[in-house]
Amino acid sequence: MTIGLTHYLTVAALLFTLGIFGIFLNRKNVIVILMSIELMLLAVNLNLVAFSAFHGDLVGQIFAMIVLTVAAAEAAIGLAIIVVYFRNRGTIDVAEIDLLKG
Amino acid sequence: MLSALFFYLFAITCVGAAFMVIAVRNPVHAVLFLILAFFNAAGLFVQLGAEFLAMILIVVYVGAVLVLFLFVVMMLDVDFAVLKAGFLKYLPVGATVGLLLLVELVLIVGTWITAPDITAQAPTPPASDISNTEAIGLILYTRYVYLFEVAGLILLVAMIGAIVLTLQHKRDVRRQKVSSQVGRTREAGVELVEVDSGRGLS
Amino acid sequence: MYQAILFLPLVGAIFVGLLGRFTGPRPAEVITTTLVLITALLSWLAFYQVAIQGEEQRIELLRFITSGDLKCVWSLRIDTLTAVMLVVVTTVSGLVHLYSIGYMEEDTGRPRFFAFLSLFTFAMLALVTADDFVQLFFGWEGVGLASYLLIGFWYHKPAACAAAIKAFIVNRVGDFGFALGIFAIFTLFNSVQYDTVFASAPDHVGQTMQFLAWRVDALTLICLLLFMGAMGKSAQFLLHTWLPDAMEGPTPVSALIHAATMVTAGVFMVARLSPLFELAPIALGFVAIIGATTAFFAATVGLVQTDIKRVVAYSTCSQLGYMFAAEGVGAYGAGMFHLFTHASFKALLFLGAGAVIHALHHEQDLRRMGALRKVLPFTWAMMLIGTLSLTGFPFTAGFVSKDAIIEATYAAHSWVGNYAFVLTLIAAVLTSFYSWRLMFLAFEGKPREPKEVFARAHEPPWTMGIPLALLALGALLLGGLFAHLFIGSDQTEFWRGSLVTHQDAHHEVPFWVRLAPTVAMALGLVTAWYFYIRNPLVPFGLAKRFRGAHQFLLNAWYFDALYDALFLRPAKRIGRFLWKTGDGTVIDGLGPDGVSARVIDITNRVVKLQSGYIYHYAFVMLIGVAALITYFLFAGGGLKP
Repeated sequence: MTIGLTHYLTVAALLFTLGIFGIFLNRKNVIVILMSIELMLLAVNLNLVAFSAFHGDLVGQIFAMIVLTVAAAEAAIGLAIIVVYFRNRGTIDVAEIDLLKG
Repeated sequence: MLSALFFYLFAITCVGAAFMVIAVRNPVHAVLFLILAFFNAAGLFVQLGAEFLAMILIVVYVGAVLVLFLFVVMMLDVDFAVLKAGFLKYLPVGATVGLLLLVELVLIVGTWITAPDITAQAPTPPASDISNTEAIGLILYTRYVYLFEVAGLILLVAMIGAIVLTLQHKRDVRRQKVSSQVGRTREAGVELVEVDSGRGLS
Repeated sequence: MYQAILFLPLVGAIFVGLLGRFTGPRPAEVITTTLVLITALLSWLAFYQVAIQGEEQRIELLRFITSGDLKCVWSLRIDTLTAVMLVVVTTVSGLVHLYSIGYMEEDTGRPRFFAFLSLFTFAMLALVTADDFVQLFFGWEGVGLASYLLIGFWYHKPAACAAAIKAFIVNRVGDFGFALGIFAIFTLFNSVQYDTVFASAPDHVGQTMQFLAWRVDALTLICLLLFMGAMGKSAQFLLHTWLPDAMEGPTPVSALIHAATMVTAGVFMVARLSPLFELAPIALGFVAIIGATTAFFAATVGLVQTDIKRVVAYSTCSQLGYMFAAEGVGAYGAGMFHLFTHASFKALLFLGAGAVIHALHHEQDLRRMGALRKVLPFTWAMMLIGTLSLTGFPFTAGFVSKDAIIEATYAAHSWVGNYAFVLTLIAAVLTSFYSWRLMFLAFEGKPREPKEVFARAHEPPWTMGIPLALLALGALLLGGLFAHLFIGSDQTEFWRGSLVTHQDAHHEVPFWVRLAPTVAMALGLVTAWYFYIRNPLVPFGLAKRFRGAHQFLLNAWYFDALYDALFLRPAKRIGRFLWKTGDGTVIDGLGPDGVSARVIDITNRVVKLQSGYIYHYAFVMLIGVAALITYFLFAGGGLKP
């Protein structure tokens, strides 16, 4: 059977949902949150590239490249923050990050 | 036929690996599963005809970013024993909401009226003889050069940010302070002392 | 000249009121006293010109209100009635100003005192020179204000402040009726000018008016409402409770305001409006009944009072009742004549009591006085003259006017008149009794004062003595001099329509009626002599045996207690309820406090959303996204078929 646009988009949707699950279902540590974000960005990239392929327009791929760049930058910064946070708090347990409590 | 098989292979592995990322306890395992997910996603990209992007994904993303993840995970010395479960507490609500989201995404996607002629088609690579890389290069440095530059700037900013955040000056490392070196005057640098012969400076 | 009469006291009041602090007390006293004495002289001149020679005056001053049919022009109306009042008010006021220089010499607030006295004089003059109801009301309220200020002059004393408020509020109750009466007049006559109203009054006889749920005779209603104001101002029965407490003010104030002038404003008003009252016989009857009842009631209470000023205060109340009784049976001239003579002898009595108080260094209790005749002969003589005049000893001024009233009540030949006759006659006995009681207790017998006080008792200075002497002269001579003008054969030419006169009603009384007041006076004198000179233990014995009756009289028929229970307590309860519950709970609760408390409640709950955990926030965002997508899926963009 021909693999159509829908298939790719479904895969991307699955990945996206899994990423979202990862953000609020995890109790373990903050790294998982960052990884979930990466998952979501991957899903978005997949969407973009799929559409680009099916429209025959390369803009989608350019966009995906930019997204990649930004994702890399953001991952770097996020990890730096986590490192500094760990230096200050000694733990990366998600449940301990409640200083914003109102 | 073969492409469909590969598609399913890549897709299932990708989704499975993604699920494992959020399910496993050991964060190192989670990173490794993420790497697997990315590899499979790269395969999907190749199937879509975006081989340049696929290679970039592997080189940049997997090779740099996820390795960085691995470094940090290992550096942070996480204590496994303390990792709590609590997964199940939010599962009902979370699962409902997530499932809802998923269903909606699929629904939207499925009932979308895209250009009807392309939905059912196989993905066709661009009907020209240049490679994907060349094609990207042709438009990236001409039409989208501004975006390219901005992306570079973003990376610069991220680099500065990461350095600023994590840099710690070690106390007992001697450094040069070039400005004070250059700004030294004769009065501060040279001291003329009358020394009695045979006595020395003390 | 007439503008000078009206405004000189005001000038004095304003000048001393504003600058008194800088000029000091002596210039304040001198300026105000001089101005008022000048006004008094001018008033006698005016009296001669207007009343004797018959040149009435209407002087327009300024336009006050012009609104639709309501035209109020401030103008001075000087006819005989006004001239009589001018003389009374300014003379007594001038003498009181002079007296106060001596009486208040140790007081620190003298500029304020004299400013208030002059202010009062101005307001009273504005009242009597009024040519329409609005100006009458202005003067009415002005004297009420001055009374409040002067009663509460020693504002550090809580009793004085309470008495001042009581006077003002009881007056206000009367003024409420008075204002309603003025409104009714405007509704009926479409004008508030005296001339217009008097001229068209006969046309409205028998006309009815809607009052609350009833249809009543218009003129009767108007006169009753106006009389309600007089009841308040002149401390008649039911609205009398403020007058005894007003004795908290300094004695000159009591003499001026609560004996000679302010309280007589009601009498003046009824006389001024006599053309109206003549057309409302029911109201007139009511006036007579109230007057006679007051005369009797106040006399009974005065029998047992121990404060020298209170005895005189109740005596004033009683004598005012006499005046209203006279007016109620149509003898307006007799009522005004009694006002005229009463001003002199009652002011004399008050000022004399003030001299006694001053001599004994502010001792007011009769039980701590005695044997002052030898020590204060001049004061004793003055008080004697006043008492003789008050009780109606033959050939004093009081004799002429009081007898005229009693005879008039008899000559009315109506059941109202007979009622008034009986009560005023009995009151005459009682008046005589308590007046002589006062004299005997204060001046005769053994000295009951502490030794040092008695030793230092001295006669008053000349500033107090001259007014006493002048008033004594008036108390003796005014009757004989002016009787023929006020109530005698020349009354019609004298009054000249400023009040209603019935020329012939005076004469047809039998001889025993003419003798009766004198007999009453003698009866009272003898009884008082017996009780307080001959056999001083009798009053104590009687008080002990008839304890209930004694207490009843001592507490003024328990009117204060009655009003307290009927009006004050419910009013306080309502006030407290509205304050605590209405204002506090309801309005504050629903308004500021309630809103702020609810805000705090809600924010306390909302704050729980801020758990500090990022994933909670992400979760909420996710829910929001899901909701948005659902909404747009089904309602917004819609699923395209």
